[in-house]
Amino acid sequence: MSYIQINDLSKQYGEGEAAVLAVHGINFGIASGELIAIMGESGSGKSTLLTVMGALNSPGQGKYWVDKIDVYALGQEERADFRRNYLGFVFQSFHLIPYLSVRENVMLPLTPVNIRKKEKRAMAEEALGRVGLAGKGGRLPSQISGGEQERVAIARAMVNKPPILLADEPTGNLDRKNTREMMSLLQELNSDGMTIIMVTHNPECAQYARRIMRMSDGILLEDENDMKSNSCYGC
Amino acid sequence: MNLWDIALRNLKRRKSKAAFVLVGLMIGVSAVVVFISIAEALTQNINNKLEEYGANILIVPKTENLSMSYGGIALGGVLFEVQEIHEEELAKIGEIDNAKNVAALGPMLLGAIEIGSHKALLAGMDFQVASQLRPWWKVQGKLPDEEGALVGAEAARVLELGAGKTVTVNGRNLVVSGILEATGSQDDNIIFTHLATAQAILHKEGRISLAEVAALCSGCPIEDMVRQISAILPGANVMAIKQVVAGRMETLNQFRKASYGLSAIVALVGALVVLVTMMGSVRERTAEIGIFRAIGFRSSHIMKIILLEAGIVSILAGVLGYLLGMGMTKIALLFFAAGGGHSGHGIAVPFDLWLAGAALALAVVLGLAASFYPARLAARLDPCEALRAL
Repeated sequence: MSYIQINDLSKQYGEGEAAVLAVHGINFGIASGELIAIMGESGSGKSTLLTVMGALNSPGQGKYWVDKIDVYALGQEERADFRRNYLGFVFQSFHLIPYLSVRENVMLPLTPVNIRKKEKRAMAEEALGRVGLAGKGGRLPSQISGGEQERVAIARAMVNKPPILLADEPTGNLDRKNTREMMSLLQELNSDGMTIIMVTHNPECAQYARRIMRMSDGILLEDENDMKSNSCYGC
Repeated sequence: MNLWDIALRNLKRRKSKAAFVLVGLMIGVSAVVVFISIAEALTQNINNKLEEYGANILIVPKTENLSMSYGGIALGGVLFEVQEIHEEELAKIGEIDNAKNVAALGPMLLGAIEIGSHKALLAGMDFQVASQLRPWWKVQGKLPDEEGALVGAEAARVLELGAGKTVTVNGRNLVVSGILEATGSQDDNIIFTHLATAQAILHKEGRISLAEVAALCSGCPIEDMVRQISAILPGANVMAIKQVVAGRMETLNQFRKASYGLSAIVALVGALVVLVTMMGSVRERTAEIGIFRAIGFRSSHIMKIILLEAGIVSILAGVLGYLLGMGMTKIALLFFAAGGGHSGHGIAVPFDLWLAGAALALAVVLGLAASFYPARLAARLDPCEALRAL
C-alpha cells in the first residue's frame, strides 16, 4: 500500500435522473514526497477528487487511505483532527479570513492545538519568513497584493508542518511572475519532503510536477510518471 | 491566537450585529430588572411605612356580644358577660417577645353621653399617640388639653359646635379646641377628650373599652403579636386589622405576577432577537466556517467560537441591562410616588446583589440558549458545501 492509496473511488452528486457521477472508479497510489498535478477540463472531476482527498467530501464508494489510515472510517471530529495533522490546503481564491491579520491567518491551523501563544507566533513568523513575507504579519489581507495573499495561504498550509499539501488551482488568480514564484515555492516545499497534490488546468504549471494525472468526465485517463521539468516558460 | 481571539475579532468586525444582540438582550434583562425591582421596592416601602396606616391590632374586652349592626346602622346587641380591661393591664404589652415592634399603644374609653336633646358618643384617648394611630386625622384647630374636646365633623354639625365653644357633658364643661375634618369613619360622630377626663365624666376610672396597637410589621408576623398579647391579656379579645394591608399586598402581588409575565415575554422577545441575529451571522459566515473546518477545526471548536461570542455579548448585556433597569426603576418610582401623593424620595431602590447576579445569569442563559441552535447549525455545516459558498 502506498503512503496515499485510493481504491475504486467514486463520487456521485444527486439522486435518480438528476444524479451526476463526478468521479468514477479511480485507483492510484502516491508515495510520500511526490509532487503531482491533476489536470482536466472544468467538470472533469479533479476538484471533487481533491475534496475527497482533503477528507472533506465522503465518497459514495471506494477506499481512501493516508499513512494506513482509512480516512472515511474516521468520525467527523477525528477527520477534522486528520485534516489538521496531515493536510495543508491552498485554495484558488486564497480564502484568508479578512478580519484577521496575516500572522493570525497563518496561525489559524494552530488555534485548536494546545501550545503556547508565543510558540504559535514563532511558528507563524517562521512560515511567513519561508514564503518571503517576514515583517508583513501585522497587515490585514486587504493590505497586501494578490501574490502575497497566495503566499500567506501557503504559509498557513505549511505552518503546522503537515506531510501533505493539497492545492486547488493555486495559480488561478496570479499573473505570470507570481505564478512562477508560487510554483518555485511549491517545488521548494516538495524538495523538503512534503507531498504535494495540485489541481490545475494549466499544462505549463503542471510541468513542475513529477507526475501528471489527467481526468475527464470523472475518469482517470492518464497517469504519467517521472515527468520532470525545471522550467515553465508559459507560466 | 486561540478561540477567544477569533470570537473577539469577529465581534469587533461585526459591530452592528453584536450591538443588535447586545441591545436585544439588554432590553430583555432591563425589563426584568425594572419589573422585579419596582415590585420589590414597593413591597419594601409598604413594609417600612406600615405604621403610617395606623393601628393594626385592636384589643377589646372578651364578650358574648353578637354584633347587631348592618350597613353602619346599629340595631343594638345582646350582652351576656362583658369584661372590662383595666388600664394597668396594658402595661404588660411591653413584656411580650415582639415588644420592640409596638410603635404605639392607644387605650380608649367609650361611653354614651347626652348633650342637650342629643345622644352622642364620648371617647377618651391618649392624644400623644394620635398621630401614630390615626395619621390621617386633619384637625381644624388644635388637639385638646385636659379640659378640652375634639369634635368629629358630623358631631360638630349636628351639635352646632365650633372651635372655642364650650360643651357641657354630664355637668362638666369642655372647651372645643378643634374640629376633626370628615374622615368617612365613625370618628366623625364622636367627641374626643383625654382618657382621664373621659374616665371621670363616665365614672370609669382606670378602665378602658378598647386599646389600639400600631405594630411595625416589617419582619414581624402580626399573628404572632396577636397571640402574645392574647396570652398576657386573657380577658381581652385581640384582633389583627389586616384588611388594609392585605388589600395593598394583594394588589402588589397581582402587580408582581403581571410583572413576571411581562418580564418573561420581553425576555423571550430578547432571546428571539438573539436567535435571529445569530442565525443571520452564521449564514454570513458559512464560507469562513468552511475554511475553519477545512484546516482542522472540530465541530466543537466552531460551536465554542459562536457560543463565546454570544457569551461575551451576554455578559455585557447583563451588566448594562441591570444598570439600565435600575436607572429606569428610579425614574419609574418617581412617577409611582408622584401618583401616590408622596414626594418621590419616599421609595428607595435598594441595591440587590441577588438581582444583579440574577440579571447577569439571565442574560448569559438567554444569550447562550438562543445561540445554541445557530452554533449547532454552524458546527454541523458540511465543510465541502461551506467552501462551495466561496
